[in-house]
Amino acid sequence: MAIDKDLLMLMLRRMWTIRHFEETVIDIYAKGEFGGAAHPYIGEEAVAVGACVAMQDTDYIAGNHRSHGHPLAKGGDPKRAMAELLGRVDGYCKGKGGSMHLADFSVGILGESGILGSSLPVATGAALASKIKGEDFISAVFFGDGASNQGACHESMNLASVWKLPIIFICENNQYAVTTSYRDTVAVEHVSDRASAYNMPGVLVDGQDVVAMYEAVSVGIERARAGEGPSLVEGLTYRYEEHSLGLGRIRRGEYRPEEEIETWRQRDPIVIHEKRLVEQGIATQEECDAVRDEEAKEIEEALEFARNSPFPEPGDLFDDMFADAIPQP
Amino acid sequence: MPETVFVNAINEALQEEMKRDESVFIMGEDIKRSIYGATMGLLEEFGEKRVLDTPLSENAFFGAAVGAAAVGMRPVVETLTSFMWVAMDQLVSQAAKMRYMFGGQVNLPVVYRATMYYGGGSAAHHSDRSYPMFMNMPGLKIVAPSNPADMKGLMKTAIRDNDVVIMFEDGTLFGNRGEVPANEDVPGGELLIPFGQANTLREGSDVTAVAIAGSVPHALSAAEELEADGISVEVIDPRTLVPLDKATILASVEKTGRLVIADPAHKVCSAASEIASIVAEEGFWSLQAPIAKVASEQVHIPYSPALEKLVYPTKEKIADAVKRTLE
Ligand SMILES: Cc1ncc(C[n+]2csc(CCOP(=O)(O)OP(=O)(O)O)c2C)c(N)n1
Ligand SMILES: [Mg+2]
Repeated sequence: MAIDKDLLMLMLRRMWTIRHFEETVIDIYAKGEFGGAAHPYIGEEAVAVGACVAMQDTDYIAGNHRSHGHPLAKGGDPKRAMAELLGRVDGYCKGKGGSMHLADFSVGILGESGILGSSLPVATGAALASKIKGEDFISAVFFGDGASNQGACHESMNLASVWKLPIIFICENNQYAVTTSYRDTVAVEHVSDRASAYNMPGVLVDGQDVVAMYEAVSVGIERARAGEGPSLVEGLTYRYEEHSLGLGRIRRGEYRPEEEIETWRQRDPIVIHEKRLVEQGIATQEECDAVRDEEAKEIEEALEFARNSPFPEPGDLFDDMFADAIPQP
Repeated sequence: MPETVFVNAINEALQEEMKRDESVFIMGEDIKRSIYGATMGLLEEFGEKRVLDTPLSENAFFGAAVGAAAVGMRPVVETLTSFMWVAMDQLVSQAAKMRYMFGGQVNLPVVYRATMYYGGGSAAHHSDRSYPMFMNMPGLKIVAPSNPADMKGLMKTAIRDNDVVIMFEDGTLFGNRGEVPANEDVPGGELLIPFGQANTLREGSDVTAVAIAGSVPHALSAAEELEADGISVEVIDPRTLVPLDKATILASVEKTGRLVIADPAHKVCSAASEIASIVAEEGFWSLQAPIAKVASEQVHIPYSPALEKLVYPTKEKIADAVKRTLE
């Protein structure tokens, strides 16, 4: 698959956006600037970015609890994402969603669900709408290895397959659900092996390689747009950080060895992609560094924007419950 | 006025709305062949694309309705109340919460048609009257019609509403007949009943009886019987439980000073409980007697007819409650 330079550079850029965003999030969380949970996506950037740059703006995605990366990968505005994290009115959700619901509907996000597996039926429904309307858009949904064991996941895959819906199921297999290895919970060798039970293609992809993700998801998208139905793409990846900020009780090294973390850090998705760009003469190191620095600046500005955005007013509490408003009881 | 059977009123509403608006589609289990009667003839008229038989996967298709609505469709999902448990995550985490949690970025015009089959020996797994549980969950509009005209008019409104609506269709009423005005006889040429407007089915001066869904006919017969004893009962059907027209109820209690509430749901935290609490909070000084709740007993629905008939509100229980408030 020949991929032009602009797109390859966009992949690098979006991975840096997410990386800087997440590093900033960790930093400001430590300083107490916001509370609750936040699930860092560092190490897994290639999965979301490879998949999302394969899509059109008119396509839809849905995410999960670890979803800061998904809207940013699809072109969401980091300013509004950061403002949402800080609970401000300029956040995507006006401060009503927070870290686990960083959804920017203006770029085709259908929501990020804190309930594992819960987004799969919703994304399936968007694909159903595409089919009923006879339109060209597809949908995709990101979920973890842990969530792959949810009934909603199996129901959705079966439904999408029998109805031949244009959807890509993207499993981000970072190999753990909190502290539990997927090898202890998934009955098959790979999550993608399950695809055969739903009569759809299932592919295992190196989730640290943004181009490999892009190519695998592109094949699924083509199939979806051709009316041939869904696909399951499993990106094998790794999370560098602990499961969630604010979960101090999980101790490093107790459920995954330090050496394993180190080995995976050696396969950093940004490093892998940059190396390819430079070695293949597609971009210079300076160009790559410039992208990194520009994105660092963008995230600095996002933080500045978020910090300056006001908190919601008490009077905003009841807004947005209904489209056709009804009185509070 | 023409008489229509309750279940046919559902059918008329679906047919008219599907004809009016191409984005309306229906899905559920065995709806093509309309095993429950409400979707009769719709496959023939609107085709396979808009009349979908689903796999037995309530979690998936309840959620798919949310996703389809989020991108511009108006899904109507057919189910029985008892199968909603399997799809609770989609109803609660997605349908109810999505709009608010995402700061109003999306509208979700979904209708879940949940039929309540009870009273006919269906036993505990198939007799749920679960609307109070959903009243407790912000973000859902809850409708419980008691006659064919309301059924049709409220269903049409539900389909046009831009929020998630659960239509609790009382299966004990499915065969009931009632007058449904023909379209040409209603202003605007269509029967549309707004949410949040209770219906005073019978005026009275001694006691207010608020009755819900399948309890309404029982309350009306009780009122008729009591009239012979010189007791005048005002019967109010809220029709929609969320939003609830409390003004009509409070005004009636102000007039009568007495309140009986008949509710086929289990009595703890029932719709009756909520109405009683509203009147206790906001209409206390009008009350001349304690409020009487006539709801289903707090027990699972037993199979044997000898036991099942003891559970639900009946004409007799309602009449007794009315008399109690007058003692
Ligand atoms: C239905 C449900 N059960 C449990 C949880 C608590 N929980 C949050 S994240 C998580 C692990 C998720 O693992 P996985 O799906 O692999 O995603 P990852 O966190 O690894 O990205 C758990 C158990 C939840 N949010 N929802
Ligand atoms: Mg995982």
